[in-house]
Amino acid sequence: MFSNPDLLHFIFGRLSLDSLPFHEPILVVTFAAVVLGGLVVFGAVTYFKLWGYLWNEWITSIDHKKIGIMYIILALVMLLRGFADAIMMRLQQAISFGDAAGYLPPHHYDQIFTAHGVIMIFFVAMPLVTGLMNFVVPLQIGARDVAFPFLNNFSFWMTTAGAITLMMSMFIGEFARTGWLAYPPLSDIVYSPGVGVDYYIWALQIAGVGTLLSGVNLIVTIVKMRAPGMSMMKMPVFTWTALCTNILIVAAFPVLTAVLVLLSLDRYVGTNFFTNDLGGNAMMYVNLIWIWGHPEVYILVLPAFGVFSEVVSTFSRKRLFGYSSMVYATIVITILSYLVWLHHFFTMGSGASVNAFFGITTMIISIPTGAKMFNWLFTMYKGRIKFDVPMLWTLGFMLTFVIGGMTGVMLAVPPADFVLHNSLFLIAHFHNVIIGGVVFGMFAGIVYWFPKAFGYKLDPFWGKMSFWFWLVGFYVAFMPLYVLGLMGVTRRMSHFDDSSLQIWFVVAAFGAVLIAIGIGSFLMSVVVAFLKRDQLRDETGDPWDARTLEWSTSSPPPAYNFAFTPVVHDLDAWADMKKRGFVRPTSGFIDIHMPKNTGAGAILAGLSLVLGFAMVWHIWWLAAVSFIALIGVAIAHTFNYNRDYHIPAGEVIATEDERTVLLAKQQA
Amino acid sequence: MSTHSHAHDDHAGHDHDHGDGASHGTFNSYLIGFILSVILTAIPFWLVMEGVLDSKVATAAWIMGLAVVQIVVHMIYFLHMNSKSEGGWNMLALIFTLVIVAIAISGSLWVMYHLNTNMMPQMHPEMLRSGGLG
Repeated sequence: MFSNPDLLHFIFGRLSLDSLPFHEPILVVTFAAVVLGGLVVFGAVTYFKLWGYLWNEWITSIDHKKIGIMYIILALVMLLRGFADAIMMRLQQAISFGDAAGYLPPHHYDQIFTAHGVIMIFFVAMPLVTGLMNFVVPLQIGARDVAFPFLNNFSFWMTTAGAITLMMSMFIGEFARTGWLAYPPLSDIVYSPGVGVDYYIWALQIAGVGTLLSGVNLIVTIVKMRAPGMSMMKMPVFTWTALCTNILIVAAFPVLTAVLVLLSLDRYVGTNFFTNDLGGNAMMYVNLIWIWGHPEVYILVLPAFGVFSEVVSTFSRKRLFGYSSMVYATIVITILSYLVWLHHFFTMGSGASVNAFFGITTMIISIPTGAKMFNWLFTMYKGRIKFDVPMLWTLGFMLTFVIGGMTGVMLAVPPADFVLHNSLFLIAHFHNVIIGGVVFGMFAGIVYWFPKAFGYKLDPFWGKMSFWFWLVGFYVAFMPLYVLGLMGVTRRMSHFDDSSLQIWFVVAAFGAVLIAIGIGSFLMSVVVAFLKRDQLRDETGDPWDARTLEWSTSSPPPAYNFAFTPVVHDLDAWADMKKRGFVRPTSGFIDIHMPKNTGAGAILAGLSLVLGFAMVWHIWWLAAVSFIALIGVAIAHTFNYNRDYHIPAGEVIATEDERTVLLAKQQA
Repeated sequence: MSTHSHAHDDHAGHDHDHGDGASHGTFNSYLIGFILSVILTAIPFWLVMEGVLDSKVATAAWIMGLAVVQIVVHMIYFLHMNSKSEGGWNMLALIFTLVIVAIAISGSLWVMYHLNTNMMPQMHPEMLRSGGLG
């Protein structure tokens, strides 16, 4: 039977034993470590009999808080993978000069820089942003969950399935060697006949379903489920930025889906959308993917702006300066982000009128961003600033992001861009805004809302260590790249001839080590906080003396968030309630209607994972089976009418009485 | 999405105003919508099969125009959109979508039309296709 190649090909498609990278010692060692680690985790979960707990309390959970936390855990796990890629690249570039070839063969190096970009954007930054929005937005608007709780669980598992698809490529086959946007013609079947680009396509398509649906979900939540009295202009700024980000997701992600479908057609059925011949035009791919890609930048950074707005006003103990200008700046950025995409390919060959138009729109978009910067500065002005860890991240952001913004305006000048395009200057610029903006923002948000999620603060000492190592590490790692970029060094090189450049790469590698210590310190702050949780415990529900509704409930909030839906009279609803001497109701509780957990999301995502894998390896029968199963389970789920239940009043009373006692103890 | 109606029930605790939602249409409105969309579908087939117009460009233009009208018919009669449904959010979303689509399409056309402006004359696509550079 196994001697029949046709049958073997039918069963396994392109998959064979040769697909396993036995010839790559680095991968074999990594694989062994992953298997060992996996066995330890699996064994521990089994030994402590946690499978039931995980399935019932987390995997099937439709609670937006737990889903938000799972998104952030996914992001942190993927951050470790993405950062491992980064440090491998830094090491390779630091030693690969002249006769030394470094330790990574070029085809492996190319996979690593592609995986680094894809992971950091799609599976670190996006889950961080989505997770934070998921956790915070319903609490900030006084809702009990998102609008479509099942869809939320499904979105999370689709994102995870995409991440798993990508991770599989490390050990089964290969990943794309095309760079994180997989430009054709390189990504066409002619030049990338392997499975790498297919892994790329299916990882992004599966995760994209999750991203798009969670975008729809959060828009509806914000538009329809705000507490009574919370008009649009009384919404917290973070919720505003979340709304704009999700509008951008819903408008932009279909473009990515469509362009990847066209690329798939080119690869799978031989169409010629982006090929070199038969009328194909690879530039159309570049054009379309940046119509998604530029809004994507703002999808990531707007929620970070929202976090900074909340943090600045809380830790300056003042109302945010210029709330309405902040809101309008956010809306203007939302629209303008669709008018600048060509600045990613000024050098493509367009004429002066096109390049001038997009150069000018790019410079214009820095104006609302600058306005935000002044709003934060004026909020701090004459405030009594508390330098807690979230505020440190915010100050680090304000300094770093301004530098990144200025180099961005430099790149927005087309003649300058012709010199700097695809150089390390560009790499330094976008790491400057993504690390200085998005990553710092997400860390500020995690530290800020951690006590709300878990009931105790993160350890401040390790939090400060984490901040300083990240901040200094960032400058040490990326300032040399600005210099190298100005000297004309291009990106994605695995070897250099000119050894006079080496010192800059060595310095950059040292910076990456500092960032590694920063990441380690952050993990330490979580571990130490868990060990010292009794000292760091927050029993008030409002550890920072903050201003928005999520701090009016307990930490962690009960499953139903609010026993009574709060009524909003003013911006910064909780600060207003505190000022007016709000008395927490202690009686009159009734049954609370809540959505019920379901495993359908995880099952559908699992089937999508199988479908993606089958399509990558051309195992057509498996693709057909999993696709039919996918449709079948989705239809079956629509007949599941057992979707909701009531938390009995007795349980609500017990929970709320416990809190009453706790609060009374605080006051005594 | 079947989760929709259930999800609303899930939040019965909130005081949402369901009164401003989109109407569900009447038998007549569905019938009018159906007839209009059948007519709007039939005309392009007729234009192509009978070769009514001499110019292919004009035929294509007519089909595109009718497709746009078709979209509007669907939005009004099947999706029940008007300027007041869902408290104006439907209209706002529509306008936003139109702006984005207009930007993406017109921008792409402009960009792609300009594609070879900075190319040297001997590097035009036709020559690339026949020559060895492609």
